[in-house]
Amino acid sequence: MTHLDKLEATSVHIFREAYRDFKSLVMLWSIGKDSTVLLWLARKAFFGHVPFPLMHIDTSYKIPAMIEFRDRLARELGLDLIVGQNREALAAKRTFPDGVLPRVACCQALKSEALRHTLSGEWPRLRMDPASGQYAADKSSEKFTGVIVGARADEEGSRSKERYFSARDQQSEWDVGDQPPELWKQYKTDFAPGTHVRIHPLLDWTELNIWEYIERESIPVISLYFNQGEGKRYRSLGCHPCTSPIDSDARNVSEVIDELRSGKFSDIAERSGREQDKEDSGGLETLRRGGYM
Amino acid sequence: MKDTETNEAISIVMAGHVDHGKSTVIGRLLADINALPKGKLEEIRARCRRQAKPFEYAFLLDALKDEQAQGITIDAARCFFRTAKRRYILIDAPGHIEFLKNMITGASRAEAALLVIDAREGIQENSKRHGYMMSMLGLRQLAVVVNKMDLVKYDRGVFEDIRKEYGDFLERIGVQPLAFIPVSGMGGANIAERAPETPWYDGPTVQEQIDSFEHREFPSSLPFRLPIQDIYRFTEHNDDRRIVAGTIETGTIAGGDAVTFLPSGKKSRIKSIEYFNGPVKQTAAAGEAPGFTLDTQVYIKPGEWMVKDGEPTMHTGTRFRVNMFWMGHASMIKGRIYKLKLGAVRSPVKLIEVLTVLDATELTTVANKEQVDRHDVAEVILETPKPIAFDTIDASEYTGRLVIVDDYEIAGAGIVLSEVATQESSLEEHIRAREIAWKNSSIAAHQRIKAYGHGAKFVVFSSLDTAVGERFARALERDLFDKHFKAYYLGMENVARGLDADLQIPGELRDDHIRRLGELARILTDSGQIFITSISNVDDYDLKMLELLNSPNEILTIHVGENRFDNFQPTLQLDAESDTAAGIEAVCDLLRAKNVILDYQI
Repeated sequence: MTHLDKLEATSVHIFREAYRDFKSLVMLWSIGKDSTVLLWLARKAFFGHVPFPLMHIDTSYKIPAMIEFRDRLARELGLDLIVGQNREALAAKRTFPDGVLPRVACCQALKSEALRHTLSGEWPRLRMDPASGQYAADKSSEKFTGVIVGARADEEGSRSKERYFSARDQQSEWDVGDQPPELWKQYKTDFAPGTHVRIHPLLDWTELNIWEYIERESIPVISLYFNQGEGKRYRSLGCHPCTSPIDSDARNVSEVIDELRSGKFSDIAERSGREQDKEDSGGLETLRRGGYM
Repeated sequence: MKDTETNEAISIVMAGHVDHGKSTVIGRLLADINALPKGKLEEIRARCRRQAKPFEYAFLLDALKDEQAQGITIDAARCFFRTAKRRYILIDAPGHIEFLKNMITGASRAEAALLVIDAREGIQENSKRHGYMMSMLGLRQLAVVVNKMDLVKYDRGVFEDIRKEYGDFLERIGVQPLAFIPVSGMGGANIAERAPETPWYDGPTVQEQIDSFEHREFPSSLPFRLPIQDIYRFTEHNDDRRIVAGTIETGTIAGGDAVTFLPSGKKSRIKSIEYFNGPVKQTAAAGEAPGFTLDTQVYIKPGEWMVKDGEPTMHTGTRFRVNMFWMGHASMIKGRIYKLKLGAVRSPVKLIEVLTVLDATELTTVANKEQVDRHDVAEVILETPKPIAFDTIDASEYTGRLVIVDDYEIAGAGIVLSEVATQESSLEEHIRAREIAWKNSSIAAHQRIKAYGHGAKFVVFSSLDTAVGERFARALERDLFDKHFKAYYLGMENVARGLDADLQIPGELRDDHIRRLGELARILTDSGQIFITSISNVDDYDLKMLELLNSPNEILTIHVGENRFDNFQPTLQLDAESDTAAGIEAVCDLLRAKNVILDYQI
């Protein structure tokens, strides 16, 4: 087995454990390369099917091409897609682009909070009809107890301490210091009422592995990741006010791989284009403890 | 050539006692081989200057705020780097005993270990405990790093003493260390560069040592073992495949191979090997996570094992001797029901006996303990209510290891040493004791039969669909009542709401529900009544359990609909489609045949 085969098998195993033990399971889909690989791995695990809904938290500041890509792929694959949003904060213009909140606080409001309340079913959700591509109010307010997330350990310090199955308490808080053990292929698949578990099938994957797998499997990814002729591309996707493209000539998957493997980005961190990480030394960790992915 | 194919990441765990300098050794290694992201070293140096504290290499890893505050590594943090040879995942495991479960998490993911010992402090409790844990977790490649040699002036004598003492310890637990390396994490001696201060040392540097660790191969030469995670039937897009899914632990399998499922003993043959978006495959081997379709439709359950005919089979039993360590905050005690996970098996489990408790640091054993406390390593006997299939550790470490869940958390982990033959299960033991102590009524059974005009019986309707069994059960109650018999129907939902309301996890501990129903049946049949219940999705063992619990009184089992039992023979089999009245008549015939109700009274 190649290294990619092993990574794939581990992720598939984690998906199947999650599907077996969590009755209310949902997968987060950010439209980015990682969560699109995650979607592909779900189809590997379930032989072409995706037997649970996908959830996207729409901050309304996503690059418009991301939303188009989301809707197109969801229709093509017949996905059950749920969309959630912090409507209140957006209506009241309590955001960073409105000049009211600092970046990290804006992430907390538009992502962490929106996610928490959308998962719990407290806030209204939209659900897509894959046949028509139209969104309608989600009739179900199912509370999800298992949440599959595409976090990778190599992204940043705090993510390197994650478990494959990571418990979150009622406030979505993460107790980094007291995590359950994971050994062999046994994970935390039991959870107390009121808590939920985040499941991380991509934990062992690196940015390079993600691209190598996209190449091997011909997985569709959004074209924002490639230089369209202006000498710029996105390496990591987020909201447009806080994410900038990097200088790069890579026009396709194999050029991205070359660039990461031995080229100019082989030793520059992936999230270098993400401004919220730089606000204080533990920016992303602060966010993650409060429920950020 | 693909980078990942030639240059696969190997995972290495760093272990050792608290403050022996693991993070410093890693930080130094990363700095010396230029494996840090650009600017990281400068960033941390600048932060130290700003906060007016001396720079430490350990800060490079201690990315979390908590850690920098306490100065210790809390979790098993992973860092990714590469040398000229290949890529690495280095797992920095915490040395503090409070964080043993994190160390175990780290070590179980690793293929090799570096164990750090402080030259000045020498071998400490966790130096030994970690060594022992790693041997138990199945880590076979271990190198010992004797750190802080600068603080003992690179004294060869100090190094040799540690080598001798720790080498003896490892030998006793069956571990062959690959090297002992004298280093200074602070000074960089023998980390990436050979140190002039240790001219007497000609072994590898830390970098050379990690470059020489080898990948653990998947055990494809052992007998085939597939823990079945699930049986899928996704009908969307007109998919009619019924797919058995799991990750192959050991061995190989090919299309057409004859297979047996354990513990049910059912048999079939591999029709196809399924894999999404990949080439059609005729074989699959250890490490792969494919799916299988079968030639015949057999009813198997998640948690069973699929093994290949013609190869050594697995043990199936309810009692086994286990060597395990306990991480739970609460001790493991007798009488409490825990959850066992072994491969894909999920089962309730009880502690039957504590044979010995080992002091992991001194390697002495303590007998006569009644429970297993936090951080104990113990040899125990465990029992499951139903047989499960497993291998013993000498046959295969991959399929002979288990974890114990207590209060939603993995609290224990262990390896199966042997199957324990049972004279009687703890349930049989309980019933024997119960019957010896049972105070019989002063009214004899035959007196009740005479007074009531019928015998007592426990009548159990089983079915796949609750509603089907219940329809017959309620009709029988009505029929018997109308004939002036003392018959009473009680459904499982009423038991769950009332008698079982105190059971913490409904559904999880199904055995407990069955047990209480059986005890209730023993009482009601003793009172001379015909006690009727209906129960769905029961297996061979559930019905045997009810039979046992109701003894010495008698049970009739009437199965309605498709029979999916492994071997169990119900007293009567009814068609789910059959007319209720006709079905009841068949049951009454049976009751007459058994002399429960007498001909002349009808």
